[in-house]
Amino acid sequence: MAEPLDDKTPLWRDQRFTGLVFQAAVLVLVVGIAGVLLANMVRNLQQLGRQLDFGFLRNQSGFNIGESILPYQPNDTYGWALVIGLVNTLRLILIGFVTATVIGTLSGLASFSSNWLLRHLNLIYIEVARNTPLLLQLFFWYFVIFFGLAQGAEAKQVLGWFLISKKGIALPWPTPGASVWGGLLAIALLGVVAYLTWRWRRWLLEEKGQHGRLQTGLLLGTAAIALGVFLFGLGWSLPRLDANNNILGGVRISLEYAAMLAGLTFYTGAFIAEIVRGGIASVSKGQWEAARSLGLKGGLTMALVVLPQALRVIIPSLNGQYMNLAKNSSLALAIGYPDIFATGQTTQNQTGRAVEIVLLWAITYLLVNLIISVVMNQLNRTIQIRER
Amino acid sequence: MRRLGLLAAALSLTIAACSGTTTPGPKATTGGEAATATAKSRLTTIKERGKLICGVEGTIPGFSFVDPSGKYSGLDVDICRAVAAAVFGTSDNIDSKIEYRNLDSTARFPALQNGEVDMLSRNTTWTISRDAAGGNGLEFAPTTFYDGQGVMVSKASGIKKFADLKGKSVCVETGTTTELNLASRAKEAGITINEVKFQDSNAAAAAYTEGRCEGFTSDRSQLAAKRTGLPKPEDNILLDEVLSKEPLGPVTVNNDSAWFDVVKWVTYGLFQAEEFGITQANVDQKLKDPSPDVQNFLGVQGELGQQLGLSKDFMAKAIKVTGNYGEIFERNVGAKSPLKIDRGLNKLWSKGGLVYSPPFR
Repeated sequence: MAEPLDDKTPLWRDQRFTGLVFQAAVLVLVVGIAGVLLANMVRNLQQLGRQLDFGFLRNQSGFNIGESILPYQPNDTYGWALVIGLVNTLRLILIGFVTATVIGTLSGLASFSSNWLLRHLNLIYIEVARNTPLLLQLFFWYFVIFFGLAQGAEAKQVLGWFLISKKGIALPWPTPGASVWGGLLAIALLGVVAYLTWRWRRWLLEEKGQHGRLQTGLLLGTAAIALGVFLFGLGWSLPRLDANNNILGGVRISLEYAAMLAGLTFYTGAFIAEIVRGGIASVSKGQWEAARSLGLKGGLTMALVVLPQALRVIIPSLNGQYMNLAKNSSLALAIGYPDIFATGQTTQNQTGRAVEIVLLWAITYLLVNLIISVVMNQLNRTIQIRER
Repeated sequence: MRRLGLLAAALSLTIAACSGTTTPGPKATTGGEAATATAKSRLTTIKERGKLICGVEGTIPGFSFVDPSGKYSGLDVDICRAVAAAVFGTSDNIDSKIEYRNLDSTARFPALQNGEVDMLSRNTTWTISRDAAGGNGLEFAPTTFYDGQGVMVSKASGIKKFADLKGKSVCVETGTTTELNLASRAKEAGITINEVKFQDSNAAAAAYTEGRCEGFTSDRSQLAAKRTGLPKPEDNILLDEVLSKEPLGPVTVNNDSAWFDVVKWVTYGLFQAEEFGITQANVDQKLKDPSPDVQNFLGVQGELGQQLGLSKDFMAKAIKVTGNYGEIFERNVGAKSPLKIDRGLNKLWSKGGLVYSPPFR
């Protein structure tokens, strides 16, 4: 590119050339700064007589982790302790994505409600949740709400099937065993049957102009059977108290997990609500009117006409909210939930391997967020309008 | 608190980065100050300045905090007062001759080494790496409070000793030596404890208060201070077992013997005064005590004060301001204070404790 491209234009006034020079300069600068920082770190570590070494991950950790869904003992390795922390992070954020999306969507739809009270209560929720720090909200959920509910020495019944105490919340849960897998398989099969029946009914309605009442009946029947299997076939174990006030049965989640989930859900949910509201508002009024003039009722207008168009606006912005939720989960340490940040903190306190742990944290959160991005971009691609 | 963690690592990296290019070697931070200190003792500087600058923690009730009237008070603060009274040879209006600086655990050592403060009197644990010239390069005056990590439990829990915590939850602040000690003591005892870890000691204490954990662990002095803030302090007990040694005392920089000796011997003097039975109230009458030891101590005769570079009645002035060590302890953290910490190891050696002064002669 060095030879002049046009005889009449001097090299330094050729925009293509100056552009390239500028880019090269920026590249050299960035690489240079990164190199200096890296060399500085390596030199400083050398001076302290240390080098980057992840061998400590194989050493015995010696500390306990309060809650874990995988088996963990204090004589397991630091590496395994960090994996347990990562699993705790993942089970927080994955459930959090679902609950925050549900809350956010409902709240976003509620802002279009014709019910004055609902609309205004919703507004208050959104403004409070968006305009107060998440850390404060976490303390509120943990110390005020959950400890408030668990007040007193004995476990208490809430909402019928839940037991809450200082040690956690017990939820109904299927008894592990063959019957659970059988039941789940049956429900999946029924789902396939229902999908095929629905396709069949659509085909009859659209192509043949028939009423398809038999198929409607079949659909309802499948749903009833699936509900029956769900309720009675899975062997639900309800938590109950024994004579010594110990909780038996069900599955236990800690108050820390519950508070983290509630905090992240309602905080992120408020932002998602605004995105949903914005998405719906972006669909032009003509679309509503057109749907109505075709005879669609309010709910169908939303479901068939407005929401599919709004989704194209909503999905790209949701990506950012999911990433925020994933990163905000690192506040767990404030209320004692053992996520990857907390277990890493203990590990680096015990081993003194601060640099290595910080690197591991950075890589973990980076990977998690990149995966979220890839998945969301894929989803975005499937719902965008295909140009024809 | 002695927070190890990230900050320390980051700090050491930065320090190494600053000193790295010119002076290879373990630590180079004490160089400049030490060189000037041999030329001119800080004692002279303080006398010329007319003010003692004392680094304190500033937020721990009983040790150093600002009371409702806006005055500093506490055990650590009284050590500053005694030293100031001895240096300036006066017991009148001593607070006007002291400037207190609140320092957190990361700022304390740099502030001392840069000469921003003359001495530290804030819960600093005496350890070899802090004392050694190749480590932090500090000098530790006699321990004024023998602390140790303890565990607080509620009476109702029925827990009587550390081993009873087996399978129970203990709330702990993460990133501290406290967390490490708890894990290693549990390992030694062969028990598994569910540690519920919090970033902040106040959150950990709050979770304990709410009943999330059966136990809460921290330094015993901190536990006692936290206990006063609980809804029913008397329902909570400190287990007898001490999980670690935490000797806390005043600190000065290396290579300034003249100044270090003053801080050291004023502190010893407070111990010795208790042994002699000299109190804030009776110090004037004790001047007429016929015992030669007491006369030497209070400067009625001899020249112990001059040898330190102070007036000969330096201890008399100090005791006039603060009273002896026993009085300081009881007033700030002991039976006469809301903390109600048992003297335990902090009793005089003659009564079974560790508080011991070499002879004043």
